[in-house]
Amino acid sequence: MDHVLTLMTFLPLLGAAIVLALPSQHHALIKQVALAATLPTLLLGVWLFVAFDRGTTDFQYVDKVPWIASYNIQYFVGVDGISITMVLLTALLCPLCVLASCGIDKGVKGYFALFLLLETGMLGVFVALDFFLFYVFWEVMLLPMYFLIGIWGGARREYAAIKFFLYTFAGSVLMLIAMLVLYFGSEPHTFDMTVLMQRTGVFDMRTQHLLWMALFVAFAIKIPVFPFHTWLPDAHVEAPTAISVILAGVLLKMGTYGILRINYGILPAATADLAFWALAVLGTFNIVYGALCALAQTDLKKLVAYSSISHMGYVMLGMAAFTPQGINGAVLQMFNHGTITAMLFLLVGVIYDRAHHRNIDGFGGLASVMPVYTGFTALAFFAAMGLPGLSAFISEVLVLLGAWQRYPGLTTVAASAIVLTAGYLLWTMQRMWLGPLNAQYAHLPEIDARELVTLVPLAVIVLVLGVYPHAVLDLINTSLLHLNEIVKAGAATGVALR
Amino acid sequence: MEPTAVSTLRWIPLLPLLGAVVNGIFGAAIQRRAGKGAIAVLAVAPIGGAFAFALLAFVQLLGLPPEGRMLLDVVWRWIAVGSLQVNVAFMADPLSCTLLLVITGIGGLIHLYSMAYMREDDAYWRYFAYLNLFTFAMLVLVLADNLLLMFVGWEGVGFCSWALIGFWWREPVNTTAGNKAFIVNRIGDCGFVLGIFAMFWTVDTVVFRDIQAHVGLLDGRMLWGMPVVGLATLLFFVGATGKSAQIPLHVWLPDAMQGPTPVSALIHAATMVTAGVYMIARLHFLYALAPGTLAVVAGVGAATAILAATIGLVQDDIKRVLAYSTVSQLGVMFVAMGVGAWSAGVFHLVTHAFFKACLFLGAGSVIHALHHEQDMRKMGGLRTQLPVTFWTFLIATLALAGAPLTAGFFSKDEILWQAWSSPLGSPLLWTVGVVTAGLTACYMFRQIFLVFFGENRVDPHVAAHVHESPAAMTVPLVILAAGSLLVGFLGVPEAFGGANRFAAWLAPVFATGHAEGHHAAHAASLEWMLTAVSVAVATTGAFVAFLVYQRRTVSADAMAALGGGAPYRLLLHKYFLDELYWATVGRGVLLLARIGAWIDRRVIDGIVDGSATLTRGIARLEGRFDAVVVDGLVNALANATGALGARLRRVQTGNINTYLYVVVGTVTLVLIARLF
Amino acid sequence: MPGVPLQHFLVVGLLLFALGLYTVLTRRNAIGILMGIELLLNAANINYVAFARYSGTPTDGQIFAIFVIMLAAAEAAVGLAIVLGIYQNFASIDVDAAHALRH
Repeated sequence: MDHVLTLMTFLPLLGAAIVLALPSQHHALIKQVALAATLPTLLLGVWLFVAFDRGTTDFQYVDKVPWIASYNIQYFVGVDGISITMVLLTALLCPLCVLASCGIDKGVKGYFALFLLLETGMLGVFVALDFFLFYVFWEVMLLPMYFLIGIWGGARREYAAIKFFLYTFAGSVLMLIAMLVLYFGSEPHTFDMTVLMQRTGVFDMRTQHLLWMALFVAFAIKIPVFPFHTWLPDAHVEAPTAISVILAGVLLKMGTYGILRINYGILPAATADLAFWALAVLGTFNIVYGALCALAQTDLKKLVAYSSISHMGYVMLGMAAFTPQGINGAVLQMFNHGTITAMLFLLVGVIYDRAHHRNIDGFGGLASVMPVYTGFTALAFFAAMGLPGLSAFISEVLVLLGAWQRYPGLTTVAASAIVLTAGYLLWTMQRMWLGPLNAQYAHLPEIDARELVTLVPLAVIVLVLGVYPHAVLDLINTSLLHLNEIVKAGAATGVALR
Repeated sequence: MEPTAVSTLRWIPLLPLLGAVVNGIFGAAIQRRAGKGAIAVLAVAPIGGAFAFALLAFVQLLGLPPEGRMLLDVVWRWIAVGSLQVNVAFMADPLSCTLLLVITGIGGLIHLYSMAYMREDDAYWRYFAYLNLFTFAMLVLVLADNLLLMFVGWEGVGFCSWALIGFWWREPVNTTAGNKAFIVNRIGDCGFVLGIFAMFWTVDTVVFRDIQAHVGLLDGRMLWGMPVVGLATLLFFVGATGKSAQIPLHVWLPDAMQGPTPVSALIHAATMVTAGVYMIARLHFLYALAPGTLAVVAGVGAATAILAATIGLVQDDIKRVLAYSTVSQLGVMFVAMGVGAWSAGVFHLVTHAFFKACLFLGAGSVIHALHHEQDMRKMGGLRTQLPVTFWTFLIATLALAGAPLTAGFFSKDEILWQAWSSPLGSPLLWTVGVVTAGLTACYMFRQIFLVFFGENRVDPHVAAHVHESPAAMTVPLVILAAGSLLVGFLGVPEAFGGANRFAAWLAPVFATGHAEGHHAAHAASLEWMLTAVSVAVATTGAFVAFLVYQRRTVSADAMAALGGGAPYRLLLHKYFLDELYWATVGRGVLLLARIGAWIDRRVIDGIVDGSATLTRGIARLEGRFDAVVVDGLVNALANATGALGARLRRVQTGNINTYLYVVVGTVTLVLIARLF
Repeated sequence: MPGVPLQHFLVVGLLLFALGLYTVLTRRNAIGILMGIELLLNAANINYVAFARYSGTPTDGQIFAIFVIMLAAAEAAVGLAIVLGIYQNFASIDVDAAHALRH
C-alpha cells in the first residue's frame, strides 16, 4: 500500500478537523467520531505489522517529496525496525485513550481535536526522516499536551502544564541548535537524516561531542533522566487519565527513540565515547532512584510515574551495552513499558473515577468489591515487576544480560532494583486492594465494559509477549543489530558508516 | 550423548496450566453452578494426568541405555537474539524425572487432601487455580532445559507462593507474610539472575547440556578478582538461599505458615523449597569446579541446620515447628551438596518430601479437627480421638528423626557419612549434622508428646467435636506414611548391604561430576560406627523430650528459665533476626526512599522552581530597567527640548520695536561682514 | 545746478535715512513708525535720483524712484489698514500695547 505512513499520520488530523466542525453539545457524537478517526490508523498499523519486511535494514514505505526546496527540506517519512514498534504502539494506544476519555464533559470538542492533533504529531515524530520535519512534528506534539494538561487536568494543572512545556521546550531549543549545526555542516546543506548519517566526519570530535550532548539533553528531558525528570510526576498527577496513558506510553519513548535514531545514527563515534556516563550510569541511577522514590509515595499516580522513570532506566542501560541482547531488550522494553504503564494508568483511572482521590492509604480491601479490577491490577503489577511469563521479564532480562557483558558492576546494581520494584508494588497492592474493606468504599461499582475494552488488549499483549516475544523481536532485530554495527564502526574510525 | 526427541513431556506442565486457567477464569461461575465437587475434579484430574505422563517419561527413560537417558521436548523458539538461543524446551533425565514423580505424585495427594481441607472456604476455585498454577511453575522449573526457562519456573513458584500464603487476603498479617516471602525470594533471585548473566558472558549459552559441554571455557576466566565459575556458582547459591530458606534469607519460611496447611505441605516442604537443592544438582558440573563455593554451601547448610533446629525447639505453633524443621532439613541437604554428595542430597530431598508432607498434612488434620487451633499448648492427648492422624504422624516423625530402617534414616545417614568421608567434608560437618539430628528428634518428639499425649488441654467448646478427618484427608496421610517407611529402601547404601538403586539411577547424571566417595572398601565399619553414634544421639534427643514433656521429670518452664530466661527468649524470637533485618534493611530502604522523594521535591524541584522564580525576578528587573532607564532617557530628551524651547521663546517679546532693532542690527552686521 | 557734488546729495540722503531709522526704532506711535518708514523710503529715493543724475543712464535711477514712490504709497495704505485693525483690537496705536504674540 502506497503512502501508508502518510495516511496513518494525517488521518487523525483530518479527524480533528471533522471534530471541530461538529456541534459542541453533541458529546456522544464527538466521542464516536474521534474514536472512528483513530481506527483507520490502527487498522493500517495491523496491516503494517503483517507486511513489514523483517529481514532488511532499509527504510520501508518511504514517502519522499520536496517540501521547502530552497532550504532543501523534504517531506521524508519511512519506517524501519527502530521505529516500527513505536508506530504500532501509538496506533494501538490512541483508540484506547479515546475510549478512556469518555469521562470528559467540558470542552469536549476541543479536547478530542487536540488529542487527534497530538496523535498526528506523535506518529510524525516516529516516521520523520528529515530532521526539520522531525522537529516540526516534535513541536506539534508539545502544544496539544500543554492544553490537554492545562485545561482538563487536576488541581495544579497550570503549574504542571507550564512546567512540562517549558522543560521540553528548553530541550527543543538545544535540539534546534544541533540541527542547524548539522545542517550547515553538511555540504550541500540538508536536513535529510539518511544523508547526515554519512556526513558527520566533517566535524571534529569535540564538536561531535558537544552536538551529542546537546541532543542528549533534549531527549533526556523526555525520557526522563535524572535530574531532568521532575516535570514527570507533576504532569502525570495533574493530567487526565487518558493523557497520562499517552504521555507515559508514547511520549516518553520519543526520548529514547530520538537517541537511537539521531544520536546513534548520526553521531556514532560520540555515542561510543559518551554512552557509559550518559546512558549506562544515568540509566542505572534512574532504575534505582525511580524505584526508591516510588516506594515513598502516597499518591498512586505519582507512584506509577516514578515507576515509569525506573523502567525507562532499563532502556537506557540496554542501549548503552552495544550487544545484540542489550539493544534488542531496550527497544522491546520501550514497547513493553508502553503497554504495561498504559495498563497501570488506566487502572488508576478506574479507581479515581469512582473515589475521586488517589491516596493509597485511604483505601483498603478493594478486592472485596471489585474482584475483576483486582485481577487486572495484579496482572499489571506483576508485569511491571518483571515476573517471568509476562512481557517485561523478557525485555528486562535481555537488557541486563546484554549490559552485563560490558558493565557487570552497573548491571548488578540495576538488577538489585527488582527487589525494590517488588517491594513498592506489593506493598501498594496490600494497602489498597487487600486487607479489610474500607467501609466507605463498600458500594463502588465494578469495572465496566468500556474500561475492560481498554484493558483487555493490553493484557493480552502482555501475556502473549511473555511467551512469544518474537512477535516484536523479529521486527526490530535486524535494524538494531545494524545500529550496533554502525556505532562500533563509528567508534573505530571516528566517522559514520551506513 | 544425544537426547531422544519426544513430544509428550510438554503435557506434564501443560495439563496443570490448563487446569489453572480454566479454574482461574471460570472457576467462580463453575462453583456457583456445579458446586465445589466440579472444581475439585477440574483441579485434581490435570495433576493425575501429569503424573501419568511423568510415569510415561520414567518408563521411557528406563527403556534407554543408562548413558543415553535424556528426553527432550522442544515446544517452540522462545528467545533468539544474537548468540542467546533459548527455547521453551523440556528435558527429562533421571534427576528431573525423580523430581517430576515427587511433584506430581505428592502434589496429587495434596490436591486430594485439599479437597476436604478447604471444603468450607468460598474461594475454593481460586485456591485450586493457584495450586494448579504452582504445580505448573514447579514442573517448568524442573523440566527446563535452560537457565532462563528454569528462572521462569523459579519466579513462577515464588508468585504462586505469594498468592497462596496470602490466600486469606482480608487479614493483613497473611498478605504481609506473602509479601515478605516474595521480596526475600527476590533478593535471592537477584543473585540467581546475575549468575545466569555470568554464565552467558563466559560460555555464550544458557542451555544446560551446552554449558556442560563447554565447561572448559570457564578455565581461567576471572571477574572482580574471582574465578567466574566460583562467582557464578556463588550467585546461584544466593538464589538457592532465598528459595530454599537458608541463612540469611530464611526468614520468610516461618511466616509463610500463614497460608493454608496443604500449601505449607506442598510448597514449603515438598517442592518449592527444594528447588535450590535441585538447581545445585542440575549444575553440579559447575559446582564441582568451585570448591570454594561448595565450602560456603556446606557451611551455610550446616549453620542453618543447627540454628533452625534450636529455634524449632521452643516454638508453640504446630506449624512453626515443622517450618523450622524444614529449614533445618534443607540445610542438611545443602550440606550434602556442599560435600559433593549429589545423589545423597537428592535422595534426602525425596524422602523428606514424603515425611514432611505427611507431617504437615497431619498437622493440618489436627488443626482441622480442632477448628483452626494451632497452639500446641492447647492440644494434648489427641491420639485416641485422631488415630490415623496420630499413627501417620508418628511414622513420619520417626522417619524425620532418622529412626533405623525408615526412609529418613537411610537418606540422612548417607549424608552424614558423606559429610565425614568426602574429600570436601570434615568431621566438624558430621558433628554439626549429628547434633542437628539429636535436636531434630528432640523437638519432633516434643511435638508428638505435646499434641498427642498427656492431658487434653483443648478448649472445651472445641473438644466436644473432635473427630478424625475424612477419607480424602486420611488416605494421603497413609500413603505418605507408607512412603516414609518404604522409599528409603531404594537407597540403601552398600555398606549396609543394599544396592543403592537410587544412586545408580542418578549416576549417569552425575557422572561427569565428582566422585561420590566410593570409600566403601575401607570404610564400611566406619560407616556403621558413625551411623550408630548418630542413632544414639537421636535417641538421646527423643529421650530428653520424653523426660521433659511426657514424664515431666524436668519442667519445661524450668528449662526455659535457665540462664535467666535469655536463651529461651533468644530462641523464641528466632535470634531476633527479623527485628534486625527490619531495623537495618527495612528501615534503611524506607529511609532511602524518603530521602529520594525529598531530593526530588525539595532539591531538584527547588532548583526548577527556583529557576522559574529567578527568571521572573530577572524579568521584573528588566521591566523596571525599561521603565526607569530606557524610558527615562526618552523622557529626559523630551524635557530638555521643552526647556530649550521655553528659553528661546523669550525672543517673542511681542514688541514691534524690538523686532525692528533686530532686523536693523542683523542687516548692519551682514553688510559689515560683506565688506570683509 | 552745476557744481553741486554728489556727496552733498548722499549726505542729505544719509541724514534723512538716519532720522527715519531713529523714528522707526524709537517711536511708540504706530503712525509715527509709518512716517519713519516713509522717511526711510524717501531717503532711498534721494539716493537713487542723485546717482541717476551723475550716471550715464539717468533713466534707470528715476524709474526706480517712481517704483519706490508707488511702493511707498501701497505700503502706506496697507500699513494704515493694519494700524486701524490694531486700534480696533487693542484700543490704542501704541505698539507696546500690541504684545499679544509675546511668549
